[in-house]
Amino acid sequence: MSEFFAMGGYAWYVWGSYGVTFLLLFIEMILLKKRSKKA
Amino acid sequence: MNWFWYASPQTFFPLAATIARWSGIAAVVLALAGLYIGFFVAPTDAQQGEAYRIIFIHVPAAWMSMFLYVVMAFWAALGLAFNTRLSGMMARALAPTGALFTFIALWTGSLWGKPTWGTYWVWDARLTSELILLFLYLGFMGLQAAIDDPRRADRAGALLAIVGVINIPIIYYSVQWWNTLHQGASVSLKSSPTMAAPMLAGMLVMALAFWMYSIAVAMVRVRCIIRERQ
Repeated sequence: MSEFFAMGGYAWYVWGSYGVTFLLLFIEMILLKKRSKKA
Repeated sequence: MNWFWYASPQTFFPLAATIARWSGIAAVVLALAGLYIGFFVAPTDAQQGEAYRIIFIHVPAAWMSMFLYVVMAFWAALGLAFNTRLSGMMARALAPTGALFTFIALWTGSLWGKPTWGTYWVWDARLTSELILLFLYLGFMGLQAAIDDPRRADRAGALLAIVGVINIPIIYYSVQWWNTLHQGASVSLKSSPTMAAPMLAGMLVMALAFWMYSIAVAMVRVRCIIRERQ
């Protein structure tokens, strides 16, 4: 399991990519939900 | 079928909700499948080790960034040509998501560049033209936000979007036209892919997931725009 998260020493690059990507998609969805409620 | 029927925002409004729901569900299912293939099925790369797994979001995000721009410019052009009200709204609804995928392509590319090229950023043709794409999206959004009258804003934005389309083939062919650090296309319509089957599968499934996500988000946003303009 910890080996999986270590990503062969590339953890920052791999999880930094996936983390930021899904965080941004998530933020977009939250902002849209707020906007839908306001309208 | 009368296509102009759905060119009216009022008739499109309920349809957009249905499209958003189903493409949203498809996006979640495809993303889970894509992540599973990307992390558990696709083998470790012989040269790059695990770092290459960034490919499963980098390439699909880069594809979406270019594809969404073309779709956005298409709607913008349609709005200019036929003066249909929905077209400008569709272009507006696509821009933020396109900008988001452009940023994701740049961000993941940067994090991929460090372990493989030894640098987060170089001013080479592929990276620079993709950065220009981000500025085009932001310029489009900024221009529209700066003009109060929505119909005038749509026309001004449409011109910018259409002129900016020239950047799309520049991005695509940049790796052939100039000497660049960025590798050429691994997947093209003309030749068989130069990568292992599970890697290709993971990439395509993630691309479909991003595609469905973009449709869902754009549909929800166009509904907001329709309501806000009433």
